[in-house]
Amino acid sequence: MSKPIAKPKRKNPLERTREPLLPPAPRSRTAHGLTRAAAEGRFAIQRCAECHAFTYPPRDACPRCLSDRLPFVDAPTGGVLAALTTVHVTADSYFRERLPWRTGIVTLDCGPQAIAHVHGDCAEGERVNMSLQLDRGGQAALFANPISRTPDMQDDLQWREMTADPNQRRVLITDGRNPVGQALAKTLAEAGAREIFVGVGEQWKPFPNEEALRQIGGVKIVPLDLTDERSVADLATDIGAKVDILINTTDHIRPGHLFDAGATLRIGETMEQTLFGAMRLARAFAPVMIARGADGRHGAAAWVNLLSVHALANLPALGSLSVSHAACLSLSHWLRAELARGGVKLMNAFSGPLDTEWFQTLPPPKVAPAALATAVVDGLRRGLEEVYVGDVANDIKTRLTANPKALEREIGQ
Amino acid sequence: MNGTGAAKSKRQSYDGVVATVPVTVPYQRYSIESGQWWIGRALRALADGAGISHRDFDGFSVASFSIAPDSAVGLTQHFGLSPRWLDTIPMGGVSGILSLRRAARAVQAGDADIVACVAGDTNHVDTFRKTLSNFSRFAQDAVYPYGAGGPNASFALIARNYMKQFGARREDFGKLCVAQRDNALRNPHALMKKPLTLDQYLAARPIAEPIHLFDCVMPCAGAEAFLVMREETARALALPAAKILSTIERHNAFAEDPIQVRGGWAQDAGELYAMAGIAPADIDVVQTYDDYPVISMMQFEDLGFCEKGEGPDFVRKHSFTINGSFPHNTSGGQLSVGQAGAAGGHLGIVECMRQVIKIAGPTQIDGARIGLASGFGMINYDRGLSAGAVIFAGDRA
Amino acid sequence: MTAAAGPGPTDLLGKLAASIAGGGVKLVDLTHTLSPDFPTIVMPPEFGQSAPFRMERISRYDGDGPAWYWNNISFGEHTGTHFDAPVHWFTGKDLPLNTVDTLPTADMLAPACIIDCARQAAEDADFLLTRQDVLDWEARHGRVPSRSWVLMRTDWSKKTGRDYANLTDDGAHTPGPDAEAIRWLVEERGIIGFGTETIGTDAGQAGHFDPPYPAHHFLHGAGRYGLQCLTNLDLLPPVGALVFAAPLKILHGSGSPLRVVALVGG
Repeated sequence: MSKPIAKPKRKNPLERTREPLLPPAPRSRTAHGLTRAAAEGRFAIQRCAECHAFTYPPRDACPRCLSDRLPFVDAPTGGVLAALTTVHVTADSYFRERLPWRTGIVTLDCGPQAIAHVHGDCAEGERVNMSLQLDRGGQAALFANPISRTPDMQDDLQWREMTADPNQRRVLITDGRNPVGQALAKTLAEAGAREIFVGVGEQWKPFPNEEALRQIGGVKIVPLDLTDERSVADLATDIGAKVDILINTTDHIRPGHLFDAGATLRIGETMEQTLFGAMRLARAFAPVMIARGADGRHGAAAWVNLLSVHALANLPALGSLSVSHAACLSLSHWLRAELARGGVKLMNAFSGPLDTEWFQTLPPPKVAPAALATAVVDGLRRGLEEVYVGDVANDIKTRLTANPKALEREIGQ
Repeated sequence: MNGTGAAKSKRQSYDGVVATVPVTVPYQRYSIESGQWWIGRALRALADGAGISHRDFDGFSVASFSIAPDSAVGLTQHFGLSPRWLDTIPMGGVSGILSLRRAARAVQAGDADIVACVAGDTNHVDTFRKTLSNFSRFAQDAVYPYGAGGPNASFALIARNYMKQFGARREDFGKLCVAQRDNALRNPHALMKKPLTLDQYLAARPIAEPIHLFDCVMPCAGAEAFLVMREETARALALPAAKILSTIERHNAFAEDPIQVRGGWAQDAGELYAMAGIAPADIDVVQTYDDYPVISMMQFEDLGFCEKGEGPDFVRKHSFTINGSFPHNTSGGQLSVGQAGAAGGHLGIVECMRQVIKIAGPTQIDGARIGLASGFGMINYDRGLSAGAVIFAGDRA
Repeated sequence: MTAAAGPGPTDLLGKLAASIAGGGVKLVDLTHTLSPDFPTIVMPPEFGQSAPFRMERISRYDGDGPAWYWNNISFGEHTGTHFDAPVHWFTGKDLPLNTVDTLPTADMLAPACIIDCARQAAEDADFLLTRQDVLDWEARHGRVPSRSWVLMRTDWSKKTGRDYANLTDDGAHTPGPDAEAIRWLVEERGIIGFGTETIGTDAGQAGHFDPPYPAHHFLHGAGRYGLQCLTNLDLLPPVGALVFAAPLKILHGSGSPLRVVALVGG
């Protein structure tokens, strides 16, 4: 049985904060087929396009028919834990700090044998449910979980290394005026977040549902304006070392035509809030989070960006939003590479139009703020890197893969 | 396996080819020297032992994990060799058998007269860790990131499964380890100098359950080597030699077994004995590849000393000591002598040669006429992929 | 340029300098500190927005400038304590010299009448200054001189943050002049400009007046100026102060933050 995560003790000021170490990172290029699936929370291994046999570990030719057509496809997640061991001695410093470590060999229902990390509630000889997780090094790893929920299973320490579960963690939401920020505060409180800092800029401006936000357990309103370098730096100085999960909800959505007189000004404002805001945020908060990547069992765990799926394909009706989020997407890759040093995950949650004021003129389906919040928390619990929320986001993603030119032609119509 | 349906060709015998001058460069736990240094020491010992110059070695076969960035070619210039036949066997614990097989054929065909088969590795403080993480692509992608337990964790899973399936107990593995330690106490080169009791074995700290401390070999620096030549060459040089009665190798056998319960020997053991013209019962001394005792137990089965699944019972019936029944790993094996990298697979061959030539000294058993040595190697992913074996007979066999 | 001695302006300035040095004439700073936290005018979000004051460091004796400290700053023209030029409002768009760069230099220094509405504003955030209020003031302090500033003291500058902006769901609630009062001051008294302690020269609810935003409408339509976000008006006498208000010389600029200083006699 997993031991529930207790509220962490206050930190001993005499103890050094350990440097974050990472599990072994080298992988073959082919193996990154697993990384892609893990990032999205899918379980996919190679399946020969000619003889249809599943194969693992990742190969460049099918061992049955030598075909080189070996796409990674979603595979059945069931398997049997054929043998289990607990590693007490390891050659690797990351694992050494986390011993003992359970690994086992799983006979997958689809055929191959897979060495995997094993959840504490799995027993040898029993059926397990496989998933692909991103480990602290950001690399894909197979994980064997019990087939049905066990009490507090999400608190298993090996599982928690693969995830960023908000339970007992401290979170910063950058913009509490945003309905998504408000929904997130509520959902995170329900998910057991220990402290929820909610940034509000220009506090002299009242905003809807402010009182309800203040009433949520664990919420603390803090001054934060991403367009103001000093405001960001001041907050980081104040609470930077307490932020385990940072969720950037700051956005600036203004419709408008590319040729409008004020278009550059507006996109400038949008960029100030989104791209430059995120850069200010990164500069102030990321170094501390990287340093705290291994600060006990509850160190800094994840950075979350909420992105419009139109970061991937410009929607002319929301041109400046699309442009700014495309820039933010690129920034997120930069930041992800930096955060990786501390084993801190970066998750991008892509959504289509939200059911909020600024998407008023766009037709449904829209994503309710509460649905986006739920998806973000679910993504953190599963340790994902990419989350696509709602029908529009998934539609755009699929069409982009199928034919980006068709999408480009159709999206403006 | 023979998908074409064509008849398998009959192996030719190794008549007239011998292995001689078994050489061990005494092991060290850690060495600040290079792999090249250890190989150089072995070559010198071979030349001294044969009473000829190393320049007379016209064949050279080398196995090492620690000579990078050199290849075998680079080593010829390093050591002043000018061979007309050259080979590298980067295949871990099966390198010794493969080196012997290839050298024997080269000599038989006249491609070389005297082949020096050398395995040597150094062991720097961080050598083992580096070897683990770079061992193979599958290990890099699909094993090492899972706790980095190395072979201990991989063989833990194999041992775990074997215990479950065939009823082996830790005591059975322990018996083999204790017997080998008894044997090692006679071997001045063994790194392990203290006696081991079964109680101590059972009480040892866990490494990766069910693997505990005394199930593991100690990585070290060292070298093993021998010469392969025609029988008349050996006679001319007045070198006592071991005849090669038969050898086998097999790679990636039984891929369909979910977890390894047998090695490639099981596929070719029949041919091994047929070619030698003997039965398993005719073997006087056995040197298995003992990276873990469970693998030795598998070899008893796969090499025909008992049936599959009878390994545990077989272990319970014998003593495995030099003076006891079924003398096994008489030098102490890798478990008690140490594992000198790629030389681990040569240890048993060299000891087996000494036994049948009757120059094993303190570890010599009585009446060793025919010996078997096996090799096993390359845990590429979830199992050891390569298996090999040789049967030697003494001159007076 | 020969020694143009004797009494005259030179002598006057000499005396002024001496009075300032001696404390007989005081300089009162009517300016708020320009900081990112200072509220700016709020327009409905679909309109273009005035950028708030922002400062990003270039260097502070560090790798980006080892021996020196400096910043890049950015802000809208109508940020902090600031000046409105006639071109700011449509009513003044076609006037000559209607931008900050063409502002006649002589207009940068003018006398000021301070109308104290602090009590009324404390009682009613939507307090409106009427013509009658000005007439009552004139009864006590004399007629408002032409080409003088009328500064409406409300003590609003003593408020901060949310109280200062005083926004509710029907807009801002801050005091200002009513339409008639400002029209009358411009047309009948010929004032040079009107100044307030609040975010605009108009009252918070002035969008609903006729005409909307009457202070902007009448002042700028007549080529006059606005000053807002003033502070320290409580340190000025009702009459007799001289206000120096010189905006940044921005090409075609509609206004600018500035340092407003009042000279007050002893």
